[in-house]
Amino acid sequence: MKLLVPVKRVIDYNVKVRVKSDNTGVETSNVKMSMNPFDEIAVEEAVRMREAGSADEIIAVSLGVQQCQETIRTALAMGADRGVHVKTDQELQPLAVAKLLKALVEKESPDLVILGKQAIDDDSNQTGQMLAALLDWPQGTFASGIELSDGKAKVIREVDGGLETIEINTPAVISTDLRLNEPRYASLPNIMKAKKKPIDEMSPEDLGVDIGPRLTTLKVEEPPKREAGVMVESVAELVDKLKNEAKVI
Amino acid sequence: MVNFMALDPETLQQLLDTVRRFVRERLVPLEAQVSEEDEVPGEIIEEMRELGLFGLSIPEEYGGLGLSMFEEVLTVQELGWTSPAFRSVFGTNVGIGSQGIVIDGTPEQKTYWLPKLASGETIASFALTEPEAGSDAGSLRTSARRDGDNYVLNGTKRYITNAPHAGIFTLMARTNPDEPGARGVSAFIVERDTPGLSVGKHDRKMGQQGAHTADVVLEDCVVPAGNIIGGTAGQGFKTAMKVLDRGRLHMGAISVGIAERLIDECVRYASERQQFGKPIGEFQLVQAMLADSRTEAYAARTMVADAATRFDAGENIATEAACCKYYATEMVGRVADRAVQIFGGAGYMAEYPIERFYRDVRLLRIYEGTSQIQQIVIARNMMRDAAQN
Ligand SMILES: Cc1cc2nc3c(=O)[nH]c(=O)nc-3n(C[C@H](O)[C@H](O)[C@H](O)COP(=O)(O)OP(=O)(O)OC[C@H]3O[C@@H](n4cnc5c(N)ncnc54)[C@H](O)[C@@H]3O)c2cc1C
Ligand SMILES: Cc1cc2nc3c(=O)[nH]c(=O)nc-3n(C[C@H](O)[C@H](O)[C@H](O)COP(=O)(O)OP(=O)(O)OC[C@H]3O[C@@H](n4cnc5c(N)ncnc54)[C@H](O)[C@@H]3O)c2cc1C
Repeated sequence: MKLLVPVKRVIDYNVKVRVKSDNTGVETSNVKMSMNPFDEIAVEEAVRMREAGSADEIIAVSLGVQQCQETIRTALAMGADRGVHVKTDQELQPLAVAKLLKALVEKESPDLVILGKQAIDDDSNQTGQMLAALLDWPQGTFASGIELSDGKAKVIREVDGGLETIEINTPAVISTDLRLNEPRYASLPNIMKAKKKPIDEMSPEDLGVDIGPRLTTLKVEEPPKREAGVMVESVAELVDKLKNEAKVI
Repeated sequence: MVNFMALDPETLQQLLDTVRRFVRERLVPLEAQVSEEDEVPGEIIEEMRELGLFGLSIPEEYGGLGLSMFEEVLTVQELGWTSPAFRSVFGTNVGIGSQGIVIDGTPEQKTYWLPKLASGETIASFALTEPEAGSDAGSLRTSARRDGDNYVLNGTKRYITNAPHAGIFTLMARTNPDEPGARGVSAFIVERDTPGLSVGKHDRKMGQQGAHTADVVLEDCVVPAGNIIGGTAGQGFKTAMKVLDRGRLHMGAISVGIAERLIDECVRYASERQQFGKPIGEFQLVQAMLADSRTEAYAARTMVADAATRFDAGENIATEAACCKYYATEMVGRVADRAVQIFGGAGYMAEYPIERFYRDVRLLRIYEGTSQIQQIVIARNMMRDAAQN
């Protein structure tokens, strides 16, 4: 079985994000970048499937600027077999990503696409669903458990009320939730070996995909600053303030 | 000369990032527990094995990473961000325990032992010090008497790091009783389960709980002559000195890493702790302590990087290695002392990590050559070089 795992390069989750002074976006120069944590979970799951013998090839894909290759290298160090880099300096919105992935799926014919349910930078939570729709494949979103059997996948989904278990036919798209697994650290020898694994480079034009944006960003702002708290003298005063000032009760 | 293929900057960065993440996510949260229980949890040791930390300095052909000295010191600086007891778990496999075999071992010794040391399957200790021979290691008394194809070893080794866990010892013993100095010494590979070898109980130490030392006692311990590192008797002290040269840069690097951790703790505390209506970091007397620590840590980082780069280029850096060990270990002592001061009463209390680091770093000025021995080495080399010019 062949697995395609898209991995996105995002601002590292430990970095305190700053908005650019002209409010057009967030500061990314000289900021540490890493693999989207949800995608790390996807890579880990793929590697576990191969270790369990249910998959035999893992392709890690990243779309975007040159440095996305570092993200692909991380996936290769974790255990992916080869990489594909679709290189562009243009901003990529979820629909463009889904279209590019569709083109790659048609090229590579994987049995499963496993990807993060969302990226921690734009929190869109759209790519997997759009890809499934474009391919007309079944989808299992927010997976916290995946079980493969012949031509089928049982997916445990994290939904508001609890857990939902569904069975879908493969090929399919599965998006990963936080509790699916705990990703491994790429071992140091594997980081060194990853350098020798191949990465295919191509452009959106090579895949014949129009990546033009469909959305315009009007402005990006810092969240409102937290104001200092106030001390109240009594329960009555607290209730009064909650009712009449905060208007929450 | 050591052969290595320098890593490309991107791979090196990824390696350092991974170590950094492992240190901060897995090790830092366990510091207090390890100190209290005097034990690094088994599952963490297993994770260290999987990560490849035991093989940092062992050549790739034997299953290690074959890092250059420069790459090794950068990695060790990352490891310095947490209790040095963690580093000790694999430290002897990276440094003093394995390097004798890496540098001077026969092909058979390398092929047999290095893969086991690189994977962490076997722990290697380095046994030089004795009750009567510390700084004056060349006067060691452990005897190795030739008996056919074997040697019979008798003596006691003291304060041997990882002795309770070791599978093998790189052990120095006197093969030539007529040569009382360093030239009569040979380096042996001695297996833990050799009859006649026993390990004493854990020493109780000032700091670095979780790292263990013990005596190693040899009573008519029979070791094949083929276990002499490199196969030739009388070379042991030279081997030991080469091992310690590299080890001195490693010690310099760990000191830099710990200093940077302490400085980070200090800056955060000085920003948060308020006295006289403002953060103590705004008082110039506190600022002076912060600035001195930062400056000295930076100087040490730069020294270690320079010496490591020159080591990789094949230069003889015996003097520079001693300078690095001397300066960096003394530096981290001062930084730790200032950290206690900046934390005030909290710096003296065991609830904060500062007091623990203060005790931990005290060792660095003592083992692998005391500060005085480094001074002697530096000055002696200076005088020798002057006489030659
Ligand atoms: C926790 C720990 C772990 C250790 N691990 C190992 C290990 O794994 N393997 C191993 O072989 N050893 C190990 N050692 C031993 C360590 O290397 C020695 O303790 C160290 O070399 C100092 O020797 P000593 O303790 O005998 O002190 P001494 O040599 O007795 O020194 C006492 C004092 O005299 C000074 N001094 C000595 N000679 C001179 C001189 N000529 N001029 C000026 N001053 C001098 C010293 O600097 C020191 O201040 C370890 C020690 C400790 C504490
Ligand atoms: C073991 C122990 C026993 C103690 N026993 C007692 C006791 O019996 N009774 C009691 O009342 N207290 C006791 N103390 C408290 C002790 O007196 C305080 O810890 C000490 O006065 C320092 O205060 P602090 O810990 O709040 O540090 P801080 O005042 O927060 O000082 C932190 C750092 O900032 C520096 N600093 C602060 N202000 C300035 C400034 N304006 N300019 C420059 N630098 C500044 C300090 O010198 C220090 O380096 C004890 C403390 C300990 C550790």
